[in-house]
Amino acid sequence: MTVTNEDPILQIKDVHCKFGNFEALKGINAQLEKNEVVVVCGPSGSGKSTLIRTLNRLESISAGQILFEGRDIYEKGMSVETLRTKIGMVFQSFNLFPHLSARDNVALGLIRVLHRPKKEAEQTASELLASVGLGDELHKKPMELSGGQQQRVSICRAVALEPTVMLFDEPTSALDPEMVGEVLSLMKTLAGRGMTMLCVTHEMGFAKEVADSIWFMADGQMVDRAPVSDFFSGDISDRAKSFLKAIH
Amino acid sequence: MIELLEQYGRLLLVGHYPNGPLGGLAMTILTSLLCLAICFPIATLLALARTHGNKTLARFYTGYIYFVRSMPLLMLIFWIYYFLPYVLPFSLSPFVTIVLAITIFSSAYLAEVIRAAIEALPKGQYDAASALGFRYWQTTFLIVLPQALTNCIPGLVSQFILIIKETSLGYIITFNELTYVAHELNKILLVKPVEIFTILAISYFVLCSGLSQLGGQLERRIARGRLSNDSDQ
Repeated sequence: MTVTNEDPILQIKDVHCKFGNFEALKGINAQLEKNEVVVVCGPSGSGKSTLIRTLNRLESISAGQILFEGRDIYEKGMSVETLRTKIGMVFQSFNLFPHLSARDNVALGLIRVLHRPKKEAEQTASELLASVGLGDELHKKPMELSGGQQQRVSICRAVALEPTVMLFDEPTSALDPEMVGEVLSLMKTLAGRGMTMLCVTHEMGFAKEVADSIWFMADGQMVDRAPVSDFFSGDISDRAKSFLKAIH
Repeated sequence: MIELLEQYGRLLLVGHYPNGPLGGLAMTILTSLLCLAICFPIATLLALARTHGNKTLARFYTGYIYFVRSMPLLMLIFWIYYFLPYVLPFSLSPFVTIVLAITIFSSAYLAEVIRAAIEALPKGQYDAASALGFRYWQTTFLIVLPQALTNCIPGLVSQFILIIKETSLGYIITFNELTYVAHELNKILLVKPVEIFTILAISYFVLCSGLSQLGGQLERRIARGRLSNDSDQ
């Protein structure tokens, strides 16, 4: 883990989230430091996705507090749109805009949210896509790209806005096995550049290689929060051990 | 029938224009286009009112749809034509009456078509737009409507065809459209109803089936547009 004296980028304090009578998050405490890469894992229904969706307010919390760069994200005067441009998000099902080309998917946020001139934004988008090996696919629509290519476009779309943190919600779960590698290697590159990342994933190889810490969740609770070496050397709860056994 | 067309074809096509008021088929088409042009933005706004998430707006929408669904168009035409002059300081011409009635009526049905298309969009599209920091109207105009409106083209085309057919109700309040002109002609000639109403039937058939064809072509073009335009890049 990179040691800094700065405040954590994200502080999650006793966060609860309810859907009707169902409590998806039951008091989560955690924090994410600058440049840190965290992998969130746990059985399905454990609240992993819900947790990261609360961080950019795609889900509302019912109790607790989330601080982004020291400021409460529900604070008055904190615009949710500004918050979201600083937090990039990548989804399991890519969620590219099917009516726009790969380049326009990436450029749209630059033009409409950051108000960059159109030409400049398209240039930036093209360069970004070329840097992830999609230079020949700029004008293709999402439907014409493979899953792996679509996910790389969607990562570019989020990265283009130069966010402070990137959230990944099971970015490889919807991919064919042979395409998982290309997406993970792009995520590694991002991590290598010092991007702060929170990744919900079951790719334990990726976790071992890239992550600084692992958060293990079950039943809406944070069961383990451990540096990656401790996690894999077995210094963890029985619940996490049986989970690791099950996915291997 | 050919003889009839030679003599009165022009009357059926454009009425007494340019020496008198426009009428006939041209009036039918013009009125339908005008109705569609007014209905379309209203229906889109109505559909957005329903899908926005605001309860008051949604209630207004539901009320409006109920209101329109609960009456025949012909009755609405009567009410506008005969009742409104009592409460307004002026009376409405048959043309304005028809445009108003069809607009009120078709906006509701068109709104349902558009609402269905909006609600059919995957939730992930909203997630992605929100996560990028788009505001409501940006999401609506950049992401939601471009997809929803192209997806509901079949419904739009049907609705437009319905509008064309609905203009024939204008006959009842002496609105100078195709059916009225045909009927007037029949009253003058008296002896050729079969010919006249055959011509009327063929005119509507050509107009409406032509539009169906056009709609089909439009759909195929859009299906192709979903793919890239690589060939011309």
